[in-house]
Amino acid sequence: MNAIEIQKLTKYYGKHRGIVDLSLSVADGEFFGFIGPNGAGKSTTIRTLLGLIHADSGSAGIFGKDISTHKDDILSQIGYLPSEAVFYSGMRVRDVIRLSADLRKTDCQKEAHMLCDRLSLDTSKKVEELSFGNRKKVGIVCALQCRPRLCILDEPTSGLDPLMQREFFSILKEFHAQGMAVFLSSHILSEIQRNCTRAAIIREGRIIACDSVDALSRTNAKRVHIQGDADLHALSGIRDLQQAGGSSSFLYSGDINVLIAELSRYQLQDVSISEPDLEEIFMHYYL
Amino acid sequence: MTMIRHELRQSRISLAVWTISIGFLLAVCICMFPEMKTEMDSINDVFSSMGSFTEAFGMDRVSFGTLPGFYAVECGNILGLGGAFFASLIAISVLAKEEKDHTAEFLLTHPVRRSRIVTDKLVSVLLQIIILNAVVYAAAVGSIALVGEPIPWQEISLLHLAYFLLQIELAGICFGLSAFLKRGGLGLGLGIAIIMYFLNLIANISKSAEFLVYITPFGYADGADLVADLTMNGRLVLIGMSFAVIGIIAGYVNYCRKDIS
Repeated sequence: MNAIEIQKLTKYYGKHRGIVDLSLSVADGEFFGFIGPNGAGKSTTIRTLLGLIHADSGSAGIFGKDISTHKDDILSQIGYLPSEAVFYSGMRVRDVIRLSADLRKTDCQKEAHMLCDRLSLDTSKKVEELSFGNRKKVGIVCALQCRPRLCILDEPTSGLDPLMQREFFSILKEFHAQGMAVFLSSHILSEIQRNCTRAAIIREGRIIACDSVDALSRTNAKRVHIQGDADLHALSGIRDLQQAGGSSSFLYSGDINVLIAELSRYQLQDVSISEPDLEEIFMHYYL
Repeated sequence: MTMIRHELRQSRISLAVWTISIGFLLAVCICMFPEMKTEMDSINDVFSSMGSFTEAFGMDRVSFGTLPGFYAVECGNILGLGGAFFASLIAISVLAKEEKDHTAEFLLTHPVRRSRIVTDKLVSVLLQIIILNAVVYAAAVGSIALVGEPIPWQEISLLHLAYFLLQIELAGICFGLSAFLKRGGLGLGLGIAIIMYFLNLIANISKSAEFLVYITPFGYADGADLVADLTMNGRLVLIGMSFAVIGIIAGYVNYCRKDIS
């Protein structure tokens, strides 16, 4: 059974596009990455999965149940960390964490203590006194304290310092090793590359690529660096061209023989052709 | 119970401020009665010769020289308006504040049905109204006993019951509106309470505007009428409660279906 199964999901906000015919599946226990720039439809997808908004057409299911008919069952198995964690002003951190557990009708005190300790979270503070990063930590504790079967994370590391980011992913990997599926939406492609086994790239409301992170990185696009003057305008398949001080760097997705034949016409000091990292793949899809 | 407890904790300061304010003003007003009673002949003359204002505030139908008459007009306005403001404000914001304060995402991603959330929030509004009215009733009765006047149980209880129903009606209407709002709506809540109050004043002044009592809850909670007749107009109460029920149903239907931004 898949943790997430989305079929032809479409959501418009009036005339504005949210997501269009979006299909996606995430296996139970999988660590899945969801990549896309602002406005691509990541949050719309997540909000539909959580039942916050209703799709115009298509279906979204979690653990085999449709969100439109089994929302409460589904939400009892999900931990969710929003990109901007906002809580009730006037409440102390410990009260917010307890409220979250009470709403789940679960006693998660032991787990909550463990998470607060590991994230160095002061539970006696009022939420309005917290920095953005510390509010994020409260969100992390609320999302993970009841050991969800699926954790949906929207830009989870924004606001966290590098040490906390490392601790957070360490916790996430431990929970994942114990069977929790993770749906990680992020702009930070290195996070996806380091942690996820599969990923989907969303552009203008549609999935444009969905595969293992390794396969996505093995796209036919290559990062080419050349040292020396060369007129590359006649060459098709070039993207992300950057030229400075007699050197050029670009993504090339055409026939490699054509590239070599073209480059051989010039007196170059150096050429390197390498696999692009996920960030460059992302650029490849977006430029 | 979790949501009800949470709502009551969130609202405890505002509830305390409103309750103490209304209770204190009522007590002060009642404490003024013995002194005013001695000058009542001249006061009655003044109040009964103010033209439309006399009719608007019902001063032509009750005597200021009696505690029930004095209470209906003076204290009635404090409790009527104060209670109406309180009920409208808490009800108009109870659902909308989650989106306005961006806490809806936190609340609605927990495994609690939206209909359950609406019910618990409605119960919390009703509980706050009940608490305010119980304390204010006790303060009023206590103050009357304190100034050594005999307690007119029937009139006082009838007045407080009417104002309680008035608050329930306004709360029901505002609760329904709250489900449609995304940015609070305190101005709208206050506006509704004030408009309803003035509709009743207009209905009291002009015969041709008497139909307005069917719209405003102040129609069946008019202190002068209640004390003079010792009965509430059941038809107006029924119409008012119908408005409240329609508001609450609209709130349920919309909040359970709406997209949360």
